[in-house]
Amino acid sequence: MQLTVWTYEGPPHIGAMRIATAMEGLHYVLHAPQGDTYADLLFTMIERRAKRPPVTYTTFQARDLGGDTAAIFKDAVAAAYARFQPQAMIVGASCTAELIQDDPGGLAKALNLPIPVIPLELPAYQKKENWGASETFYRLVRTLAGAPVTRAPRDGRRPVCNVLGPTALGFRHRDDLIEVTKLLETLGVAVNVVAPLGASPADLGRLGEADFNIVLYPEIARAAAQYLEKAHGQPFIDIVPIGVGATTRFVEAVAALAGLDPAPILAGAPSRLPWYSRSVDSTYLTDKRVFVFGDATHALGIARVAARELGFKLVGLGTYSREFAREVRAEAALHGIEATISDDYLDVEAAIQAAQPELVLGTQMERHVAKRLGIPCAVISAPVHVQDFPARHSPQMGFEGANVLFDTLVHPLMMGLEEHLLGMFREDSEFHNGAAPSHLGHGPARSAEASAPAQATAPLPEPLTEPAPPATAPAPIRVEAEAIHAMPQPAAHPAPWAPDAEKELRKIPFFVRGKARANTERFARERQLPLITLETLYDAKAHFGR
Amino acid sequence: MNAHAPLPAAGCGVAIRPERGQRAVFCGLTGIVWLHRKIQDAFFLVVGSRTCAHLIQSAAGVMIFAEPRFATAIIDERDLAGIADMNEELDRVVTRLIERRPDIRLLFLVGSCPSEVIKLDLSRAALRLSQRLAPGVRVLDYSGSGIETTFTEGEDACLASLVPGLTDAGPAAADELLVVGALADVVEDQFSRIFSELGIPARFLPARRAGAMPAVGRGTPYLLAQPFLTQTARALDERGARRLPAPFPLGAEGTTGWLRAAAEAFGVDPARFDAATAPGLGRARIALSPYRAKLAGKRVFFFPDSQLEVPLARFLSREMGAELVEVGTPYLHRTHLAPELELLPDGTQIVEGQSLDDGLDRCRAARPDLTVCGLGLANPLEAEGLATKWSIELLFTPVQGYDQAGDLAELFARPLHRRTRLEV
Ligand code: SF4
Ligand code: SF4
Repeated sequence: MQLTVWTYEGPPHIGAMRIATAMEGLHYVLHAPQGDTYADLLFTMIERRAKRPPVTYTTFQARDLGGDTAAIFKDAVAAAYARFQPQAMIVGASCTAELIQDDPGGLAKALNLPIPVIPLELPAYQKKENWGASETFYRLVRTLAGAPVTRAPRDGRRPVCNVLGPTALGFRHRDDLIEVTKLLETLGVAVNVVAPLGASPADLGRLGEADFNIVLYPEIARAAAQYLEKAHGQPFIDIVPIGVGATTRFVEAVAALAGLDPAPILAGAPSRLPWYSRSVDSTYLTDKRVFVFGDATHALGIARVAARELGFKLVGLGTYSREFAREVRAEAALHGIEATISDDYLDVEAAIQAAQPELVLGTQMERHVAKRLGIPCAVISAPVHVQDFPARHSPQMGFEGANVLFDTLVHPLMMGLEEHLLGMFREDSEFHNGAAPSHLGHGPARSAEASAPAQATAPLPEPLTEPAPPATAPAPIRVEAEAIHAMPQPAAHPAPWAPDAEKELRKIPFFVRGKARANTERFARERQLPLITLETLYDAKAHFGR
Repeated sequence: MNAHAPLPAAGCGVAIRPERGQRAVFCGLTGIVWLHRKIQDAFFLVVGSRTCAHLIQSAAGVMIFAEPRFATAIIDERDLAGIADMNEELDRVVTRLIERRPDIRLLFLVGSCPSEVIKLDLSRAALRLSQRLAPGVRVLDYSGSGIETTFTEGEDACLASLVPGLTDAGPAAADELLVVGALADVVEDQFSRIFSELGIPARFLPARRAGAMPAVGRGTPYLLAQPFLTQTARALDERGARRLPAPFPLGAEGTTGWLRAAAEAFGVDPARFDAATAPGLGRARIALSPYRAKLAGKRVFFFPDSQLEVPLARFLSREMGAELVEVGTPYLHRTHLAPELELLPDGTQIVEGQSLDDGLDRCRAARPDLTVCGLGLANPLEAEGLATKWSIELLFTPVQGYDQAGDLAELFARPLHRRTRLEV
C-alpha cells in the first residue's frame, strides 16, 4: 500500500480513454463500477471537449455483483455497438472490474460483432496512465494496421510519413501537431496518417502506406512505431522537436530519411529564441539555477532548452515516467546531478528544496510546491489544469514552440532591469535576493527576515508633488508602482532632509527614488542622525550597496 | 403514476419511473471533498486504487494542495498477491499518517470498490486502530464505493458511521433538536440564530470538531437538512431519535416549512414563529424576485446526481415559476421526500435511476431551456445548444436557508443570463 495524496498519472484505463477520445469512429466499453464515469470530466472540462468521450461504462453496482456482471458487460457492448455504430471497439476493465474477473475480451468476442473488437489488458495495480495509452495504441495498431503493403518506389513522388503520438488530454498536443505538420509540409513530406488524434480505425489500416513514422511522444507511440518498424519495415524518428537544437536535429533527420534538403527550413532565423537569448537583457539568465520535472518527453526536452539554449544551470532533473528512467538518468549525469525518478510529490518537493533552484519547471504539482517555497515556476508537462489547455496557439514543439518556450521559461523570472535593481539595492526589503518578480505580486518571500520590515509597516505614498515620471519602458513604471506600494514607513518620525540632500534625491531615477529615500531614512534613524544631509544620502548608499 | 412505485402521499400526482442502465454519477468518495472542510480535525483515508486517488484529485481540484486532510492508501499488486499482509500494510500507512499529522482526532477509513470487492474488513481495522491510537485518535470506517454509494450517499455513509459513537443524551434527549447534514458554516450559523430566537436548543451533526459531536437519545427530535441521509436517519432511529417530516430548507418556502416542523415539535407559539422568520422571509422574497422574471416559464430538465433534484425542482417550479420537463434522481427516498413530492405540480415526471443514453435522447428531444447535469455532460450539451447548470456546484455552494435563497436562484439564472450576454 502506498500513501498518496497526489498522483501524477491516472490509472491505465484513463490512458486508453485518451486514445479512444482522440480518435473518431472508435468506441470503448469499459467494465467499471458506477462512479468511474468521473473520468469523462477530465476531457469535457480540462480539455473543454465539446463531445462526450466515446466510452460506455457498465457502471455495475453492489446489487449486480451477486448476479451476472458478465451479462451486464455483454449488454453494454451490444447496446454501444447498436447505438454508435463504430468501426472498431476496444473493451477492457477498470481496477474494480479487474478484481471481479469477468473476461471483457472473451465476452465481447462471443457477441460476434461485425467489427474488430480489441481486448485490452491493462493491469491497474501495476501500471499507470501513460503506459495504458501506449499499450492501447500499440494494440490498436497491431490489430488494425493490416498486412504489409508494397510501397511505390520513391523516385518521382513525395515521401510520406505518419505522425504518431498526439492524444486527447495531451499537454499542448493540439498545437505541437500544427507546428510539426507545418515543418513537414515545408520540407515536402506528405503526411499519411496522424494518429491517434483525429484518426479513425480505417485510417490505422492505412498506416503501412507511409515510408516512415514520426514519434512525437515516445511515452505514447514508441511501442507502436517499433511494431510498425518490424511488421511494415517503416523506420521511425523519435527525436522530440522541443527547442531549437532538437527541432533542427529533427528536421535534419526527417530530411535525411526522406532524401530531402533541410536547408530551406533551417536557413535564416526560423526561431526568435536564439536572438532573444543572445540579446543583452538575457545575460542575467546565465547560470540561473533551474529544476526540471515532468513526463520524460518534456523533462528531457525542456532540460536541454534550459541548459543549452537559455544558459540556465540545471540543478535538478526528474520524471515520474519510470519507463524512461534510464534516459533521464543519463541526461542528468551530463550535468553532474542525480535524476529524481519518483511519482511521490513529497520526494520531488524534497529534491527541489535540496537543489535550491531559482526557477522550477514542472507539472501542476511543482507549480504548487514552488508557490509554497516562493520560487518562480512555469508549467512544462502534464498533469496540468484547465489553464494549460489555452485558447491561443501555444505549441512546445518546432520553431514557434521554441519562441513560446523562451517566453514561458523567462516570464516568471525577473526582467533584466529588475535584476539590476536588485543588485543596486540588494539589502532592501523589496529588492532582496528572494523577492518575487513584480508580476507575481507579493508572494511568499524566501527569507522571512528580509520581508519582515515591509510587513511590519504601513505603506507610505510618495508625495504627490513629485514630478511626473517620464514615459519610458513599461518595466520601470511597474517597479515604481510596487516600490511606492510597499515602501516601509519609519516607525519613528524620520529625520528631516536638508535642502541639498532633498535636491540630490530628486536626481535619482524616479523608479528607485522611493527605495533610496527609505534606505536613507532608515540609515539615519538607526544612527539617530538629527538631519539627513548630502553625506548621509551617500553614506547610506554605500552602506546598503555593500 | 407507476405501478411499481406506490406513493406514500395519496393525492399527489407525480409520476415516478425507475430506470436502469449506464449511470453518469460520482461515487460516494466525492463527499470527502466537502466533509473534510466541515469536520476540521478529521482525516479521510481512502483504501482503494489509483482510480480512487485520481477521482478525488480531479474532484478536489486545487484544494489538494492546501494541506488536505484526505489521502488514498493505494492497494498494489503486492497486497493483492498476498505478498504483503494488507492489514499490516494499512496499520503501517496509518501510523505514518498520524505521526505526520498529530492534529488529527478522527480518522475515517473510507472503503472503495476495490476494497469492498476483495472484502477487506475495514470495520475490524478501524476497531484495531482505534484501540491502538486511543485516546488521541478515534478511527471509524464507512464505504464511499461506487458500487454502494452515489455521490452524496458518501456523506450519508460517513454520518451514519458517527451515530453509534454519539453520547447518550439520557432523559434530556427530547429537549434538544438535532439538525443532520453537513451545511456550510455560514448557513449553520444562520439557522442557529433562528433556532435560538425560536427558543429551540439545536445541535448539528456533523459538528465542526470531532470532540464536539452532539448527543442523541430516546426521543431526540431531528431534522434532516439534506435529502440523501437514508442510512444516517436509520441509525438515528435505532438510537430512538424521532425524525420530523419536513420539506428541505431550499428557497423561502422550503426553509419556512423546515423551520416550522421544528417549531411545531417544540410547541413554539405561532406568533413567535412568525416574528422569528419574518425578517428572513422578507429578505428572501426580495432577493428572489428579480430571478423569478428570468426563470418563470423556463423548462428545466434534471439529470440524476445528488438527490437534491426533487427539492430543487420544487423550489424552481413553485417559487420561480419554472416548468419541470423531467426530474432525474439517483435514488428517491419516498418517506423522506414525501413533503416535497406533495408540493410538486401534478404530472411531474420523476425518473429514479438512470440510463444515460436514453436520458440524453429525451433531453435532446425536449430541448429544455435549462439542463441541470454533471460536468461530464455539461459542455457537450452546451455544444449542442442547450443551456446547462452543472450540478456539483449546488453541493459546494451555500444554498440553504433564507439568506441563500437568492444565491440559489442566481445559480440557475446565471447560465441563462450569460447566454443572452454573449454576442459571439
Ligand atoms: S504565475 Fe507564473 S510563476 Fe506564478 S505559479 Fe503561475 S506559472 Fe508559476
Ligand atoms: S467508483 Fe469505486 S473504484 Fe471508482 S473511484 Fe469510486 S470508489 Fe474508486
